[in-house]
Amino acid sequence: MGLLSDPNRRRALISLLTRLNAPICVLCYFAGVCWFMGLAFEPFTLRTYMSENAMGSTMVEERFPSGERALATGREFAAHKKKVGGMPVDWLVKTMQARGLEVFTQSFSRTLPFPDENKERYIVKGTNVYGILRAPRAPRTEALVLSAPCSPGDNNNQAVGLLLGLAHYFRSQIFWAKDIIFLVNEHDLIGMQAWLESYHHTNTTGMDWSPLQGRGGSIQAALSLELSSDVITSFDIVLEGLNGQLPNLDLANLFYAFCQKIGVLCTIQGKLQRNDWDSVSGYSHAVQTMMLMVMKQASGRPWGDHGLFLRYHIEAATVKGINSFRQYKTDVTTVGRLLEGIFRKLNNLLERLHQSYFFYLMPSLSHFVSIGYYMPAFGLLAVILLLRALDLWVQFANPPAVTVDGVADIERQSSPGVLSVLTPLVISHLTGAALYFLPTRFQETAVEHFPVSETEAVVLTAIAVYTAGLALPHNTHRLLSGEGTEQGWRVLKLVAVLYLAVLLGCTALINFSLGFILALTLVPVAAFVTPHVPKTLSAVILVVLSPACTLLFSVFFFQELQEMPVSFQDGWLLYLSVISQGMLDHYLYGSLVYPLIALMVYPCWLLFWNILFWK
Amino acid sequence: MAAPLTLLLIVAVTIRAALNRSSLAELIAERVEVVSPITAWKRVIEGLALLDLGVSPYSGDVFHETPLIIYLFHFLVDYAEITFMLADVITAVALYMAVKDYNKQVFRKQKFSLEADRYPADCRELIRTPKEMYYIPLKVAMFYLLNPFTILSCVAKSTCGLNNAVIALFALTTIKGNVLLSAIFLCLATYQSIYPLTLCAPAMLYLMQHQYIPVNFRRASFWWFVAQYLFMYLGSLFVIVCLSFFLLGSWDYLPSVYGFILSVPDLTPNIGLFWYFFAEMFEHFRLFFLCVFQINVFFYTIPLCIKLKDHPVFLIFMQLAVISIFKSYPTVGDTALYLAFLPAWSHLHRFLRNNFLVSCVLLACSALFPVLWHLWIYAGSANSNFYYAITLLFNVAQILLVSDYFYAFLRREHHLTNGLYLKKKDGSEATLVLK
Repeated sequence: MGLLSDPNRRRALISLLTRLNAPICVLCYFAGVCWFMGLAFEPFTLRTYMSENAMGSTMVEERFPSGERALATGREFAAHKKKVGGMPVDWLVKTMQARGLEVFTQSFSRTLPFPDENKERYIVKGTNVYGILRAPRAPRTEALVLSAPCSPGDNNNQAVGLLLGLAHYFRSQIFWAKDIIFLVNEHDLIGMQAWLESYHHTNTTGMDWSPLQGRGGSIQAALSLELSSDVITSFDIVLEGLNGQLPNLDLANLFYAFCQKIGVLCTIQGKLQRNDWDSVSGYSHAVQTMMLMVMKQASGRPWGDHGLFLRYHIEAATVKGINSFRQYKTDVTTVGRLLEGIFRKLNNLLERLHQSYFFYLMPSLSHFVSIGYYMPAFGLLAVILLLRALDLWVQFANPPAVTVDGVADIERQSSPGVLSVLTPLVISHLTGAALYFLPTRFQETAVEHFPVSETEAVVLTAIAVYTAGLALPHNTHRLLSGEGTEQGWRVLKLVAVLYLAVLLGCTALINFSLGFILALTLVPVAAFVTPHVPKTLSAVILVVLSPACTLLFSVFFFQELQEMPVSFQDGWLLYLSVISQGMLDHYLYGSLVYPLIALMVYPCWLLFWNILFWK
Repeated sequence: MAAPLTLLLIVAVTIRAALNRSSLAELIAERVEVVSPITAWKRVIEGLALLDLGVSPYSGDVFHETPLIIYLFHFLVDYAEITFMLADVITAVALYMAVKDYNKQVFRKQKFSLEADRYPADCRELIRTPKEMYYIPLKVAMFYLLNPFTILSCVAKSTCGLNNAVIALFALTTIKGNVLLSAIFLCLATYQSIYPLTLCAPAMLYLMQHQYIPVNFRRASFWWFVAQYLFMYLGSLFVIVCLSFFLLGSWDYLPSVYGFILSVPDLTPNIGLFWYFFAEMFEHFRLFFLCVFQINVFFYTIPLCIKLKDHPVFLIFMQLAVISIFKSYPTVGDTALYLAFLPAWSHLHRFLRNNFLVSCVLLACSALFPVLWHLWIYAGSANSNFYYAITLLFNVAQILLVSDYFYAFLRREHHLTNGLYLKKKDGSEATLVLK
């Protein structure tokens, strides 16, 4: 309590913080960035290890024999798929029944808010087929899910074949203590969403689906399989789910452990791990892997069919078979053994996976960074906001003669009206609300009057509203409350800085990557903006650091990371499609990134824009 | 002053009605920060259903409100929304009138002291002017009605709003100097949630001051007044308890309401300090720590009474804050009640030291509650420690807030007797240090 109650020490501390405010802020910013970059350096990371006892020490043997048969089933599936021109429901039902499963189907339909041009779909109708293998050894209270998507074209036929092969093989084993659900979902995530909502009796997105006729127990874990070739060279695991949620790290550990055991190359973000961490190229490889994870997590979209399971507290991952030009190939029998091994270990679980971490970043599959290590990077950025707020508060509370102790307090300057602070707040939030609601509401009108498609109309309206927002607020508040006073912008900035701090803090807790990327661009804006800085230059900087531009840079950066650099023209098209995808993710699956940006982050940024043009 | 107050009431009611009709209402009614196992509307409905079936509402472990509440809603269940809005309006108006009356008295007392030349010469700037006091009652009503905490509480139909109304009426009648009504409302408040029992002391202190009875243990008039007040208080408590018995025909409600409050069997997370602690504790320590935690609420009455015996209204504020921090099932509605008093102490602002820190922490905590709840319960990635950490921070901030106001109040009183610019013995400027 000494610091809080002793006026002399308080005064010393506060004068130190206000005098050295700018240098401390700059220092904190660079320290935060350096800390973040340091996370990928191997000596600072932890090795992954299996925390869950039930999966750790118990030995399982993998004996899956019939890879060739699975491939044959896959080819048969492909033929039927081509014949029907979609999901061969009857064939799947028959085949699953022949393998001794309880088979059910579920039909669903969904009209998208606007056409999805990437996947060319608008009115989606489909059917999910799933078979339940009832656990012979335990009361059927728990279940595991293995799913494979029924994709258009020639994709993922082998995955369905292997799924059916595994079903056949699992049926003959007697050690299953959990129901195993084999699910073939149509229209990737939309089908998955329908199935999961129906399984859990919820309806969050207003989709039509028929209720499930059969259920297993509560789902403990799920794997989604993607396999499009007869042989593979490596296996890739995808962890990022809806809203940047990640499955328990033990699931990744399990996958890694089995890949090691069976001798399959395994990757994360498509990157192999390297052992030369002390060389520059090794470090940059790790940074690249970690940044890919950060970018994917920040996007808030599910990066595989597993992404929606995480919402229901089910640990899930997508496993992708990759066939590249490497020499050493792995056949489907081995892949089947790997999956069998994973499922047998999951079958041994006594409780939900909870021992290991839920908040982590992975610079390679064998190393991870936990929340305790990466949060300081964000904390260093967030503390800048608090320091600025403190500085403003001290200026505001004690004009020139600084006294913390009330004794020598001189008469206050007349405090600015509530109106001068409230008006910009309300206006910028209304602009945010417009950004959120208008694009989908006015697509018909836009299509009528302009030569654009619906999707383009939505995206372009969003960009138009966003740009219009820059012109609107700072003009109106002056009309309403007259010339802005010196105290007025200080109060507004104090409010905006605190708002941003709380907003970013909450975001970083739910989705660290998103919070960090936003902090990286918005914190400098929040720190330096005053009405007294040079207008044009600051306006340019402000626009460059605005959320929309951050997204644009992220698109290019992401392409760069994936080693697929694009020209500006293509990048711009990609940017437009990313915006439409972001909106679709929100309307279809309930991703929160779009509403967060539109309703909170953008208005908050507008407040700083407002401060710049205060006078 | 009636026009702005009316406008304020209309705005407040509109906000509540709008929220009630939106889809948010259901969400809010489920929030653990807003409703406790005692005040949840869902549980009241359950109690009503049991009552209609002819079963005692206290059979089972769902309903924990008092019998009077259930009989009130037996008649008013269709008008529940209006009832809760009305309760908020009554609270606000009662606080408005109470603070207005209190300010009048403070001003009168200050005038007498000035005329008697009791203040040191350099205390001019501490003297309160009618101009700055004019808007205080309105601000108090505004702080209560437009506080997001109150709005949430009202939209969730938390019965906490009714308790607040009773306590506000108690404050009003006490400040008006009506002994009987004060005792009756205090008894109603006690009947609702036990803890307002501690408000007995400030009420008696105030009423004695009002009737010019010296607080002196050797005086017969002192004891006579205490006896009178306690008789009225306990008498009405007796009547009300018996009335509850006759309404229900059994004593079921005593263990189910008061036992529930005192022994804290429901460990649903809330913004208080009890749940985590008692969930973690070994069973055989439970009774001991239960006593320690519960004594916490009552214990501060004694030192506060001694220190603040000349300022009973401030004492009421302190007691309300202590209750809302340390009670067993606190909700944000309880917090809102004592926060409403803050404008009444706006003259202390110059002596407050941590208001920036406290308001930042309270703001951050309010935002983090739902986020961490989501991470814990829905996403499953965080756990109860995260949520409790925020609870703890929230309560520390509240304690800091209250102690800061306490310090500022005493400091101002000190300056009013000793002069604003203190000198050390050698003539240099001195500073006050709280150790």
